[in-house]
Amino acid sequence: MLELALHKRLRSSETEFDLDLALNVDPGCLLGIFGPSGAGKSTLLRLLAGLDQPDSGRIVVDNEVWLDSERGICLPPQQRRIGLVFQDYALFPHMNVRQQLEFALPKGALRARVDELLELTELGPIQYQRPTQLSGGQQQRLALARALVREPRLLLLDEPLSALDEAIRRRLQEKLSQLHRRFQPTTLLVSHDPGEVFRLCDRVAVIEQGRLLRIGPPAEVLTGWRAGSRFELVGEILALEPRDVVIVATVLVGAQVVQIIVSANEAAPLVVGGKVLILAKAFSPLLLPLDDVSGNPR
Amino acid sequence: MSIDWQPIGLSLALATVTTALLFLLAVPLAWWLANLRWRGKPLIEAVLGLPLVLPPSVLGFYLLLAFSPRQGFGAWLADTLGLRLVFSFEGLVVASVIAGLPFMLRPVQAGFEALPASLAEAAYTLGKSRLRTLVSVLLPNLRPALLAGTVLSFAHTLGEFGVVLMIGGNIPGVTRVASIALYNEVEALNYPLAHVYAGVLVAISFTVLLIVHLSQRHSSSRARGC
Repeated sequence: MLELALHKRLRSSETEFDLDLALNVDPGCLLGIFGPSGAGKSTLLRLLAGLDQPDSGRIVVDNEVWLDSERGICLPPQQRRIGLVFQDYALFPHMNVRQQLEFALPKGALRARVDELLELTELGPIQYQRPTQLSGGQQQRLALARALVREPRLLLLDEPLSALDEAIRRRLQEKLSQLHRRFQPTTLLVSHDPGEVFRLCDRVAVIEQGRLLRIGPPAEVLTGWRAGSRFELVGEILALEPRDVVIVATVLVGAQVVQIIVSANEAAPLVVGGKVLILAKAFSPLLLPLDDVSGNPR
Repeated sequence: MSIDWQPIGLSLALATVTTALLFLLAVPLAWWLANLRWRGKPLIEAVLGLPLVLPPSVLGFYLLLAFSPRQGFGAWLADTLGLRLVFSFEGLVVASVIAGLPFMLRPVQAGFEALPASLAEAAYTLGKSRLRTLVSVLLPNLRPALLAGTVLSFAHTLGEFGVVLMIGGNIPGVTRVASIALYNEVEALNYPLAHVYAGVLVAISFTVLLIVHLSQRHSSSRARGC
């Protein structure tokens, strides 16, 4: 069980805002942290890891207080049982695969743990190679295995798959899911890929400007509160042209240009260049496959 | 011609001791400076970098005053520790460490600053102490910077003249190092012996630099996986 309440003023060259978050995460839960870049997602992980200090707050993990600013408690990263996978992996360039895992092994721990993780992450055959000799996917698995050596109470993943191409991403999502089921650490996964969050996470928290917007199962949160047959798309008006008694609005949605007929009344508040929300009730939407499952185009 | 090898031996001893002390002093200092977030940091860096640009005789002059057993700091050293730092080998070592500090500090600090912060942070999250992180993670990845710092300080101490002359004088077997002996022989118009000292200093400096370049080529080809 992870309980956190954190407050920190965040300053960057562009913006300044307050990170103000309170969350409870069930043991063994894989919680996605979803939101635009600069929302404070990585900062949240760094605060949990003890690499940054909040202005005030409290972190309790399995009834162990890691941080309590009122009582002046703030454990250093070394004393928090965490596994952190950095966005750049932070692999040690001078150690081979096996040495990285053995380095992470706490004093007196069994070496079998290293062998088990090498096998689970399929790194056994390349255990004597250094990080520069590994592919992106192998480096990622090594970072993940290294973070798991200490049997962390809290596993923190900072966009762990963002540097990889789609096919490898899919395979590693599968691996990540399998490792999570095997060891069941309470996990926070920072991502801005909705597909990834949907596939991997039990719950997802949406964060924007340092605040929690909503939290719940991915199916509810990512599709807008609850699953339904209503489509909501955001678009930009490119043109408004009167034609007979109606007005044709040309709207850019994503990379697609669509034309929508509106009445003169409906068109009154619309302006060219303005943002609009397109709502549609779809009674039985059709889904046609474009790719096969492996991600290769048909 | 009888050659007095003592100044050469003294120079090598001074350079070795100085470089060893500098290593122990500059590595923690460089790490501290690399991680320091404070507005006054440039001030510290400027003070520590002074020996780089000061005429050695100026540095030697102030050190001579500071170490003089008749006043202030020098008197305190002599009274409490029984340490006499003027016209002694110990004095040469202390002066060389001060004069050589930026030669070790600069490359090592630059090396620390070039390492990604996540490297040390990853070690912390794996439960490793700061000391263990420094020794097992950071220093092995700083080998080129450490080598550069070591070689620069060694070569610089070997060639030091102004500071040594000011603080050590010219006492045979105690403070007469090779660069001073060379000056002596030229003054005495004893050119054959001057040639020997100069030649040996050139040979040592060249060898040291050659070793550095060879080892750098070796390590860069290893990094490419050859």
